[in-house]
Amino acid sequence: MTVKTATGAAAPMPKTGAAGQKGFWAWLNQRMPVDEFLKSQVTEYYASKNFNFWYYFGSLALVVLVLQLVTGIFLTMFYKPGETTAFDSVQFIMREVDWGWLIRYLHSSGASFFFIVVYLHMFRAFLYGSYKAPRELLWLLGMLVYLALMAEAFMGYVLPWGNMSFWGAQVIVNLFGTIPGIGPDLVLWIRGDYGIADSTLNRFFSLHVAAVPLALLLLVVLHLVALHQVGSNNPDGVEIHEKVGADGKPLDGIPFHPYYTVKDLVGVGVFLVLLAIVVFFVPTLGGLFLEAPNFEPANPLSTPEHIAPVWYFTPYYAILRAVPDQRMGALLMLLSVSAFLFVPWLDWSRVKSMRYRGWMSRTALALFVISFISLGYLGMQPAEGLYVVLARIFALIYFLFFILMPLYTSLDPVKPVPERVVYHAH
Amino acid sequence: MADHAGVAGGDEVDLSRRKFLTRATIATGAVGAVFAAIPFIESWNPSERSRALGAPTELDISKLDAGQMATTVWRRSPIYVVRRTPDMVARISGHDADLKDPSSEHSDQPAYARNTLRSRSAEYLVLVGTCTHLGCLPKQRFAAGELYPSWPGGFFCPCHGSRFDLAGRVFAGSPASINLRVPPYSYPKEHLLLVGADEKGGAS
Repeated sequence: MTVKTATGAAAPMPKTGAAGQKGFWAWLNQRMPVDEFLKSQVTEYYASKNFNFWYYFGSLALVVLVLQLVTGIFLTMFYKPGETTAFDSVQFIMREVDWGWLIRYLHSSGASFFFIVVYLHMFRAFLYGSYKAPRELLWLLGMLVYLALMAEAFMGYVLPWGNMSFWGAQVIVNLFGTIPGIGPDLVLWIRGDYGIADSTLNRFFSLHVAAVPLALLLLVVLHLVALHQVGSNNPDGVEIHEKVGADGKPLDGIPFHPYYTVKDLVGVGVFLVLLAIVVFFVPTLGGLFLEAPNFEPANPLSTPEHIAPVWYFTPYYAILRAVPDQRMGALLMLLSVSAFLFVPWLDWSRVKSMRYRGWMSRTALALFVISFISLGYLGMQPAEGLYVVLARIFALIYFLFFILMPLYTSLDPVKPVPERVVYHAH
Repeated sequence: MADHAGVAGGDEVDLSRRKFLTRATIATGAVGAVFAAIPFIESWNPSERSRALGAPTELDISKLDAGQMATTVWRRSPIYVVRRTPDMVARISGHDADLKDPSSEHSDQPAYARNTLRSRSAEYLVLVGTCTHLGCLPKQRFAAGELYPSWPGGFFCPCHGSRFDLAGRVFAGSPASINLRVPPYSYPKEHLLLVGADEKGGAS
């Protein structure tokens, strides 16, 4: 934004910044809108004053992202991709690199914590209707973050080249083989060999450390840009920007900094305590965060007795296995993940927050949460007998939650929404 | 520029001409981008080395006893070679009604294995030992009644519970939709099995 004079020469820059800034700060802001950016995004970004417990998880997701990036960069310094080197280099990190075990366990536990935080963050959106207009795009970008995260986690799990890495990759890559026509050729192309091989491991490594993290960072930035454009929702689902004071600031809003940065710091403290407990005392969490077969090297001639993905994928895996037809199973699995994308247009309720919704929406959400957790449990169990029957029942509830959503959200007896947020000072 | 203004015959801009040129430029650029993407996409194909390592593999079957299975590797997949006894061959018939694809119409095998026994001879069965569901390794459960009283013997996949008979044909109720694959194979000499090539040449 160079200012031109009538003759076309650049105008002399003002000696001070906009608000009487001086020295380095003025010099900086004349060249880059640092002050303007901090004001619009942090110190004068107004968020509703009634944020509760459920609003910790957005900032926590950012904290875990940074944790994964930092630990990941350090793991890459010691890890050697390749079917003859990968497993040994992970053992090298665990046994011979100073603090290598800590860096690796932070990264492996961080992956699970990422999903815990993201699932709670998504549940918050269901609780308070945070995906409803005008936040549809915000929700879609968030879902793309979730999908990128799933790809990132899957490929990361292949890298240690344990036996579960190998067979997990085998099962998931073969899902692409169920696509009619191009399936078998596509699988060959993804693997780069006639089986899961060195070529597969190396391309997954490249995607895991470069391509997907870059995409993830970009999507997170877009998610935040979209959030700051429409403003944060709140537990009452009231738009605070519709009620502004004489100064033009929302009456029920408080600046993100210092109010919510301080609040979020408390959340980060509690979170780090929980992370430390897992990392120091139960890094495998009884096979939930790291599975036992992954402590032996990949063996293409020996399938583990029981293949199950890590816990955060098991709800979808249970749906895959509940269907007695492979193509239909893969299709329903894909649908179960992508169903979330359509939620902003499936929810026809006139109110956002569960606080003002009736028994129908509440019951539906409760049933959905129960079926999601149950499917997660069933996906870890062998696919036989009663487990399969239960998986089918919960898969049905899972899909009915989405399919019937326009119906029960429009018939739901809703309560009147207050004009302003309900807030009782402590 | 002066000569430009002279060609246009004044200050007016021909918008339709500008729009056409813009679109033609975008279209040409898009075609170029697609062509430029091809080398990157094709770099993911199996390398020359992988293809060379995927050459046919030989197995000496003279030591294989009746009723036993040998495993070899071809193209990173285990190849199951079963020397079936007359009793095992007899147990392949009689349950066609329980199978998804009894005559192998929708399954993947060379023409000479598209029969009830899914093999060139009744004695030797040659299969790709990866489940056609999602690629786990089915385990041998050759004894009759081993899984349940009416079980005729065959293969069982521990991952998702697919079941196959002694000709590798899939039972109804399994998540797998097609029979176990049969690779191209031939016998260049007696007791020598060549997996990956037959009279028609090697597999693609």
